[in-house]
Formats: sequence, C-alpha cells, structure tokens
Amino acid sequence: MRLNYPTNVKIVRVPCTGKVDVMFLLRCFQEGADGVYCVGCLEGNCHYSQGNLRCRERVGHIRELLEEIGIEGDRVRMYNLSSGEGPTFQKYAKEMTEHITSLGPNPLKDRSKKAQCLREGVNYV
Amino acid sequence: MIVAKRKPFAEIKAMLKGYKKVLNVGCGTCVSVCLAGGEREVAILNTEIEMTRKLDGEPIEIQGHTIERQCDREYLAELDSLIEEGKFDALMSMACGVGIQFLAERYPLIPTFPAVDTTGLAVNQAVGWYEERCRSCSQCVLGMTGGICPVTMCAKGLYNGPCGGTNKGNCEISSEQPCAWFKIYERLKGQNRLDSIKMINVARGWNDQTPRNLVQPGYKRPENMNR
Repeated sequence: MRLNYPTNVKIVRVPCTGKVDVMFLLRCFQEGADGVYCVGCLEGNCHYSQGNLRCRERVGHIRELLEEIGIEGDRVRMYNLSSGEGPTFQKYAKEMTEHITSLGPNPLKDRSKKAQCLREGVNYV
Repeated sequence: MIVAKRKPFAEIKAMLKGYKKVLNVGCGTCVSVCLAGGEREVAILNTEIEMTRKLDGEPIEIQGHTIERQCDREYLAELDSLIEEGKFDALMSMACGVGIQFLAERYPLIPTFPAVDTTGLAVNQAVGWYEERCRSCSQCVLGMTGGICPVTMCAKGLYNGPCGGTNKGNCEISSEQPCAWFKIYERLKGQNRLDSIKMINVARGWNDQTPRNLVQPGYKRPENMNR
C-alpha cells in the first residue's frame, strides 16, 4: 500500500497490547513524549483473549494519573484495528498527531527547556 | 492478607511539600500482592511525584527501595546503610500501617509519611479485587457460624443473628450486600448443623480497641529490649 503517516510517530512493538504497563506509558512522558497511543487488535479478537481490553483499562488509568500530575490525560489514547487495516492505521496516526499538535508540547519537556534556558541565561521562546 | 490502597495523589503531594530528597520504601509482602505498595507501585508513584514536582518548578530527588517485609527488623536493617548514606529529608512508606510505624520507629529523626491507607484483612477474589473477611476481633466464632464471619460481613457485626433487617437473603443496608446470618443459616443447613445457630455467642469483648500484644506459647518477651 505504501501509505504515508506522520514521521514523528515512533513505533514501539510489543507482543500484545496486554504487555503495555502503566510504567511504560508514564516513562514515555517522563522522557518527553508529547503523546502516546496504543493500537491493539479489535475488541473480541485478542489472540490472548483479553490483552487489548486490559490495555484499554490501563490507558484509562494512566489518563487519571496524568491529570493528577498536571498533564492532559487526553495525551494518551487507545485505538483498535485489525492487522489488515493499513488505511485505518494511517488515519489514526494522522488523527493522533493532529490532536497532540493542538494540545502543544509535553509541559514537562517545556518546563525542562525553560529551566535550561534560565540556567544558561538564554531567552526562552 | 493485609490489603491497602494508595492515598489520593494530592494528599501524598501535600505531605512531601518542601522535602527535596525522599526515600520511598515499598514492602514485598501483603501490599505487594494486593498491588498497592510493591516494587512496581513504588516506581509508579516516584515517577508521578518526580514529574509533578518538575512541573511545579520544585524538583525532588526521590529514590525507591522495596524490602521483603517492613514489619520485621531483620529486613528493615538493610535500609540502615542506604538511609545513612542517602541523607534523606523524609521517608515515605508504601507498607501497611504496621510497616509504616516500624519504619518510623527505626529512624525517629527522619519524618516518615504513609503513601497508602490500610483497609483490612481480605481475600483475593480476582486480580485487583479484594474482599474483607476478618476484623481481627480476637474472638473468633467461625466454628459456630459455618466459617462465615458475622463481625466482618454483618453490617451490625452481630455475634448472634440474624436481626430483623434480613430481607430475602440480603441486608437492609443494600440489596447488593448479602445478609451474613442468612448465609450462615444456609451454610449450617447444608452441613446439617443448624443447632449451632441456636447457640448464644458471648457479647463482643471489643478486644481490638486496646493495644494488643501477642507472645506465642513457648516464647517470651526478651528482657531489656528497646521498643
């Protein structure tokens, strides 16, 4: 199909979305990611029975954690598709990128950049 | 096992306000099994605290260390060198109330804060779901109640029941709360032991309202032991 999707999307492969741990997602934000989305198989189609459902629960949980921390919870989303749906994958990648662009950069990254600029006496833009 | 749940994040954040170097101590036994205060939960909480303090412009250095049991001096001892070298402003414990107190007692000069609320003694119904089954009342009547605890399960904690509020198998407080004494009746009936329900249990002694010490037979309290 050779479909294009935004280049800023970095794919981290996991054997099943059930492998995605709350800590994985938190660490992404700690390291400066602006947004994270998990793409699992269609609900009801999990090879391991409920891996994608577990991931959905965890995504819901981390949204609450992020809100508590002071970061928009909507920076994390869960999508579902089957492995044969290339165009849907492309659509979700574009949708998420546009959504995160509208939210702006990770406030944590912003904060560290601002602190660095202040330390170095450089104007922060 | 003893179960606990994490305190609201805002409360934890408020407790740590002003402290710049903190050690968060997890416990590898009960709270680890009930997904409240083990190694994984320590890592999550520390990351959250680090991130929120960075956002607030008040960075914190927070370390995590999980020991086997915080209710045992033997395991607490491994923290001595870490705490001595770390020069921490404050300690945070993710153990149950017992562990938190033992940690605070061992390092009396360092403020120690709880990160969890201890909720009771419970069974594991499913992953992440714990149901209270014992109030440690020191007066067990399970032998007469078919193995169902009326102190925990009955809304009134009646040692003799049921009361007039039993309603088609449920308690008057909620249609989702089974009546403990109805269940006891059913259980005893199934065992052909209904005469047990007619026996009068002595009134509750409220032994759990005063500090209790337990020394098992064959053991004695060491003399001259600092507590």
